[in-house]
Amino acid sequence: MSYAAYAICLKGIIWREGLRFLHQRERFVSALVRPLVWLFIFAAGFRQVLGISIIPPYETYILYEVYITPGLLAMIQLFNGMQSSLSMVYDREMGNMRVLLLSPFPRWFLLLGKLIAGTLVSVLQCYAYLLIAYFWEIEPPPLGYLTVLPALLLVGLMLGSLGMLLSSLIKQLENFAGVMNFVIFPMFFASSALYPLWRVREGSPWLYYVCQVNPFTHAVELIRFALYTQFNPLAFAVVFGCTAVFMLGALVAYDPSRGLMALRGAPGAAA
Amino acid sequence: MNAPALEARNVSHCYGARKALDDVSFSVGRGKFCVLLGLNGAGKSTLFSLVTRLFALRQGSLAVLGCDLQREPRKALEQLGVVFQSRTLDLDLSVAQNFYYHAALHGIGKARANARTEELLNAVQLADRAGEKVRNLSGGQMRRVEIARALLHKPRLLVLDEPTVGLDIGARADILKLVRGLIASEGMSVLWATHLTDEIAGTDDVIALHKGKVRASGAVTTLLEQTGASDIKQAFMLLIDEEALA
Repeated sequence: MSYAAYAICLKGIIWREGLRFLHQRERFVSALVRPLVWLFIFAAGFRQVLGISIIPPYETYILYEVYITPGLLAMIQLFNGMQSSLSMVYDREMGNMRVLLLSPFPRWFLLLGKLIAGTLVSVLQCYAYLLIAYFWEIEPPPLGYLTVLPALLLVGLMLGSLGMLLSSLIKQLENFAGVMNFVIFPMFFASSALYPLWRVREGSPWLYYVCQVNPFTHAVELIRFALYTQFNPLAFAVVFGCTAVFMLGALVAYDPSRGLMALRGAPGAAA
Repeated sequence: MNAPALEARNVSHCYGARKALDDVSFSVGRGKFCVLLGLNGAGKSTLFSLVTRLFALRQGSLAVLGCDLQREPRKALEQLGVVFQSRTLDLDLSVAQNFYYHAALHGIGKARANARTEELLNAVQLADRAGEKVRNLSGGQMRRVEIARALLHKPRLLVLDEPTVGLDIGARADILKLVRGLIASEGMSVLWATHLTDEIAGTDDVIALHKGKVRASGAVTTLLEQTGASDIKQAFMLLIDEEALA
C-alpha cells in the first residue's frame, strides 16, 4: 500500500463521518443546544451564587459564564466522543464496523482514522459554540481562537479514544444509558468544568482529590489555558498520557488476535 | 502456484464452553460456486467471522488464494469480497456514496472508483439509482448493491453469508443468477452460505456443515453417490441424521 492509498483511505473515513454529521442535523443542533442551555440558563442563574476570584489563566475578575466556557467546550467533546462510541456500537450492530474492519489497511490505521474524523467533527462543534458565545460577551483574546485548536484536537482524541475503548466493552446499544450514568456525568461533575477546584476543596477535600485525578479536569484546564494563549504543562502531560493509554486500549480491544471482540464475539455472529 | 480460492484446515472455534466449529477442513476450488450448506446454528456465521477477521482464529488455519489469513492478512483481505448476512450499507448515504466509501477503504481513488461503480451498477441493473439514498431501495435492490459493492476492489473470492434471507422468490432467483453470472464474467470463486437446498445447482460443490462439523464435502454428484440419495436435499438430511451416522 502506497502513502497515496493511505491518504485516500483516511480521506474517505473523514468524508463519511462528515457526511453522516451533515445528514444528522438534529445531532448538530442538540450538540450545540446542550452547552448553550448551560451557558444561558445555568450560568446566568449561578452568576450570583458563585464568586470567582482571580485564578490563572484569568487576569481580572471574570463572570461565571466566562469561567464555564472551557468546561462546556470539553463537554461538547465528551458527548461527541461518547456519541461516536454509541455510533460504533450501532455501526457494529448494523454491520458498518464490519465493513471498516474488512479493509486491508492495518486496523490501528482504520481506528485512528475514525478517531481523527470524530475529533474534527467535535472541533467544528466547539467553534460553532464559541461563535455564539462571542455574542454572549465571552470574548477570549483573538489569538486564543487559534491557540485553543491544538488543545481541542488533543482533548477530542482523548475523549474519542475513551469512547472507542468503551464501545468495545458495550455489547448492546441499550447499555449506553450506563455510559451516561457511570462515565459522562461523574466525569463532568467531578471536574473543574463548573467550579474552580479551590472552591471544591473548601466544600469537600475528598471530592477535590477525585477531581484532581479525573482526566477530564485536565482536559478542561488544557482548553482553558489554551483559550487564553497559555500553556498548562501538567494538563498537557495528563491529557497526552491518557490519550495514549486509551488509544492503546482501544486498539488492543479491536485487535482480532488479542482483543475482547475475539473473546466475546459480536452481535449477530454467534450462530 | 495454484492454491485453492479458500482453504480451511482444522479450524475450531469456541464461545466459552460451547464449540461452534469443530476441526473444520475444506477447500473452495478456483472458479467454483461452492455452497456452504447448514441449518441455523451450524456454525456458518462463525466461519464467516473468522474468514473476515472479525474474530481471531485460535485453532487451525485459513488461507485465501494461498495467503494465510494470520500471516498475511492484508494480502488475504485484498482478494476477498464479502456480503454479510445483516445489511452493512449506510442507509443515509446514496448508493454511489456507499461505493466511494468502500473504494476509499481499499485505497482506490475517486476516478477509478467512479468508473468501477458505473460498471458494477450496470451489471446489477441499478445504474439509474446511483444517486438515490440506500434507504429508498427495496430489500432485493439493497442486496444487489451490496454484492456489487463487494466486487468494487476486484476480489478473486466472493463470500456471501445467507444473502437471500428475507427476500421474495423473484429477488432470490435474481441474486443467484447474478452471482452465478459473475463467476463467468469476473472469473472468480464463490462461497455461498445457505440453509436452502433449492439454491444448489448440479454443477456446484457443497460443504455440509452440521453442529460445527463438516459432514461431507465435494461435488453434488459425489455427495449423491456417497449417500445414495436421489436429490441434494435428501442427501443433506441423511448426512445430518445423527442416528444414521452413529
